[in-house]
Amino acid sequence: MSEAVLRYDQVSVGDALPELPIELTSSLIVAGAVASQDYTPVHHDKEAAQAAGMQDIFMNILTTNGLVSRFVTDWAGVDARITNVSIKLGTPNLPGDTMTLTGSVAEKDDAASAVTVDVTGKNAWGNHVTGTVKVALAAGD
Amino acid sequence: MAISGKEREDFEKQLEPYVGLDIGIEDRGRDPVNAAMVRHWCEAMGDHCGAYTDADQAGNSVHGELVAPPTMLQAWILGGVGMATGESDPRDKQKELHRLFDAHGFTGVVATNTEQEYTRYLKMGDEIRATTVIESISEQKATGLGIGYFINTRTRFYDQNDDEVGWLTFRVLKFENEAPAAATEAEAPAAAGRPQRLKPALAHDNQWWWDCVEQGELAIQKCSDCQALRHPPRPMCGECQSSDWEFVFSTGQGTIHSYVVIRYPEVPGYTYPLVVAVVDLEEGTRFVGNVLDVEPDDVEIGMAVQASIELVDDEMKLPVFRRA
Repeated sequence: MSEAVLRYDQVSVGDALPELPIELTSSLIVAGAVASQDYTPVHHDKEAAQAAGMQDIFMNILTTNGLVSRFVTDWAGVDARITNVSIKLGTPNLPGDTMTLTGSVAEKDDAASAVTVDVTGKNAWGNHVTGTVKVALAAGD
Repeated sequence: MAISGKEREDFEKQLEPYVGLDIGIEDRGRDPVNAAMVRHWCEAMGDHCGAYTDADQAGNSVHGELVAPPTMLQAWILGGVGMATGESDPRDKQKELHRLFDAHGFTGVVATNTEQEYTRYLKMGDEIRATTVIESISEQKATGLGIGYFINTRTRFYDQNDDEVGWLTFRVLKFENEAPAAATEAEAPAAAGRPQRLKPALAHDNQWWWDCVEQGELAIQKCSDCQALRHPPRPMCGECQSSDWEFVFSTGQGTIHSYVVIRYPEVPGYTYPLVVAVVDLEEGTRFVGNVLDVEPDDVEIGMAVQASIELVDDEMKLPVFRRA
């Protein structure tokens, strides 16, 4: 698989990133928690989640961050270098729902060949995540 | 009720020493940064970026070699299976602070914000450790979840050369939890399943109309005396004050009389932006409904629309409109 590389000069403020729908399955939520070494019971044990007032297991924050990062590098390619991820957390990601990630370029920093991308991940209940990702791109020719 | 007066004053005095405090334990990665954990992470996230798992692509990229996904930073120092037992290091001042909140009724906990900054991408073989400082504790706040305090922490990550590779902040709300069981590290509770629409209040005067909807028909009430149409259903004719009525079925054809586009606030269960139109039905009365599958900018007064009865959530049927 050869990856397209997005260069800094190809990007304009307002550019939209390709939308990324994520099906929220129990498998994804557990796999994300385990891959991030986060065995807090509410992310893999339904009974523990219910005892905590939720009706099912819910996605941990590292997985949310991982998906946000993937969303940006799916667009920006292998030469992207993420320098900052800042997110606000909202409605939980629960099995059976879908989170759709959308984003657009909010700012360009010529000196650093970096852009700031606004990202929103929305599920049926509202915004699961809103935030920004700063990512340095390959400089233009 | 949240503590107040002298009790609150005493409590907040006990919080002061924690501000600026290092939590007293260092988190040390049990494994160096390695390809197996990176591959596992990428599979879970569905992340196919070659910089993480394809040595050739990574070698030819700006990274020069395989690197770990940056958002995996905290994964290198988390506790793994041991976290499920709930045992914690008694020297951990952050846990001690949470217990202090718990003891004063602020048992709920929810993470509201997190920020990560990466000085460099981690490479295979890097050995990571981290230290955490409680940076600030807010004053008492009334939040949507209840009365509570925000705690801000910052975790700094270092490599085998003691160079900082990045940091992570968390903003956590400790709040008075109305729910009986307190979560240990849980986000806010939500209702089960997918969001459902608010149900109409059914009574003698409108039950028949909703029964028609259930049968797939858009009914219009009609005065038996003066023949005037009316909607929504009500017991008496506004024109002739007769309480005798019948109904007709609408063809669902109409034109947009007026409309609004709702963008904010978003109510769960609807798709936004949401076009809500007053439709002149061809029978001669008006009906309010959502217009679907049309860009808000394309909606016009006078546009021809057609109604259909559709399920709008798991159980509720409603007439909705589309461009005719």
